Amino acid sequence: MSNQPGEPIIRVRGLVNRFGPETVHEHLDLDVMRGEVLGIVGGSGSGKSVLLRTIVGLNRPVAGEVEVFGSDVLAISDVQRRELEKRWGVLFQDGALFSSLTVAQNIEVPIKEHFNLPLRLMDELSAIKVGLVGLPKDAGEKYPAQLSGGMRKRAGLARALALDPEVVFLDEPTSGLDPIAAGAFDELIRDLKASLGLTVFMVSHDLDSLFAICDRVAVLVDKKVRVGTLEQLLKDNHPWIHSYFHGPRGRAAQNSKAAAATKEKYGAWLPV
Amino acid sequence: MASVAATFVESEEPGSFVFAAAGQWLVTTAAELDRRLRAIHIPRDKKITLDLAGIERLDTAGAWLLLRTEHELAAQGNIVEFRNLRANFAPLFDQVRVGGMVVPARHPRPAHHTLAGFLERIGRISLGLVTRAFSLLSFFGVICVTVGRVLFHPRRVRATPLVAQMEQTGVNAVPIVGLLSFLIGIVLAYQGADQLRRFGAEIYTVNLLGVGILRELGVLMAAIIIAGRSGSAFTAQIGTMRVNEEIDAMRTIGLDPVEVLVIPRLFGLMLTLPMLTLCANLLGILGGAVMAWVTLGITPQQFTQQLQSALYPWTFWLGLIKAPFFAFIIALIGCYEGFQVARSAESVGRQTTLSVVEAIFLVIVADAAFSIVFSYLKI
Repeated sequence: MSNQPGEPIIRVRGLVNRFGPETVHEHLDLDVMRGEVLGIVGGSGSGKSVLLRTIVGLNRPVAGEVEVFGSDVLAISDVQRRELEKRWGVLFQDGALFSSLTVAQNIEVPIKEHFNLPLRLMDELSAIKVGLVGLPKDAGEKYPAQLSGGMRKRAGLARALALDPEVVFLDEPTSGLDPIAAGAFDELIRDLKASLGLTVFMVSHDLDSLFAICDRVAVLVDKKVRVGTLEQLLKDNHPWIHSYFHGPRGRAAQNSKAAAATKEKYGAWLPV
Repeated sequence: MASVAATFVESEEPGSFVFAAAGQWLVTTAAELDRRLRAIHIPRDKKITLDLAGIERLDTAGAWLLLRTEHELAAQGNIVEFRNLRANFAPLFDQVRVGGMVVPARHPRPAHHTLAGFLERIGRISLGLVTRAFSLLSFFGVICVTVGRVLFHPRRVRATPLVAQMEQTGVNAVPIVGLLSFLIGIVLAYQGADQLRRFGAEIYTVNLLGVGILRELGVLMAAIIIAGRSGSAFTAQIGTMRVNEEIDAMRTIGLDPVEVLVIPRLFGLMLTLPMLTLCANLLGILGGAVMAWVTLGITPQQFTQQLQSALYPWTFWLGLIKAPFFAFIIALIGCYEGFQVARSAESVGRQTTLSVVEAIFLVIVADAAFSIVFSYLKI
């Protein structure tokens, strides 16, 4: 993959989202650069998930433009859209796995839809994705109802990664996971980013994961975003941003980042 | 995306076979590469080099094809090595090497294509039926106990949900039950008149209509419509509550789900189905009367006279008495299947279908049982 950090692959300009009388986004601008992990934070109801859904085309904004890989998501034809869908993967909050299919079949759905591969090769590829996201070997044969929450998220990520996308959108990937599983998920994202050259757009409330893996963070306040590195945002004087990062939990997460070097030696979660 | 982009060239160097992979090894080209890689035949126990210098783009599918080839060649006793792997592909290669150790999942494929599988399936279905019957019986017991408890403490009957259920299952169902019964009356009168005219006994169409609708068709039509309309709704409502863990929440708060959810539905339906039956009877006979007037010229006066002479005093009650029993069956099955829902959306759909099929089945079985009992009682 051509890896040129700094080139924006998602451009949002002048986005307006309104639900009834409620304005969620008011002339919001956002760039996502190739190869970065961008965290999206904001209070409940500030429109984090709406932003994600708008970018992947699940929600039509009132105004504004959304460009992904240089093409206008709101104006492209269905054929162009299918091409675009091959280049991104989305992980929904609870995995959103198809409950009537096994994990392996779930992973094969996008492959089957877009490419005509022999069955055996598809089985092999889905097994690789199962291993890639750190699921146990027998997980591919199981149905989503037989998996724990953390495993469902991993399986959802495996399906999002099925076509080797350039961008993955993660909606609260660590919510509902225990701290160990959440930490392992962070490491997984970081490893996959390094090995697959992923760009990650991550809606998250988990301060630990923000500090652990995000290159930049976009904070949704006052219906707009403020983007910056964590260092920049820590100095931001906006009251919400200040209390977010300097509240008790924010400080704890900062401290734990300082201790991350020690944590590194427990990082080898992958079954090598 | 062009599939010409990936190539795979065999050549021979002194002491070694060389495979030079080049181009774009991606999921887009994987099908063609897979076919060609599976077709190669190498003598055993050789030194083989996989040269990756020409690879421009690589994804997990491409990396897997290379690693699988290495693995398969090595399994044949060859010494295999990679060369010229680009540094920026190395992490991907390592990831896939780790992931590739997972054995591909076996897909659940139907086993009943063999005789043994077929027999096994029959056995499983039979056993399943027996266990379901037992579990339904146990649910029946729970309901009886709860009903008994509620009857001793009538204040525990929740009036608001009871009335709400009666509105939903009763009042709102009047138009559909009425319309369909009216149409059934028309059809019955038309067919009956056609046959009876051959004997010059057209007037007995009225007897056919009266007895047929009052004793059987009115209550059966109402019950079948309600099984499809309300029984399914019971299953879907309770099932969705199970998916959302609402039932578990009730238990932790100290509410008895059977008392809160089943009793209002059960009592509501047992009260409304007799009324709907009355409505079905009336409109069915009205439909028949209209048809008799139009095609046979039987005036409404003649019709009522003939009807009065055709019916015993209890004919009407023999149909109506079945309604609460049918209502009990529909509510029992509807709620039971709702509680059987597992925690998935698919399960809600499956149990709802089952609920309708079972309720209609059991209603007709019960109707047959009533006929037998009535014939013993000579009424």
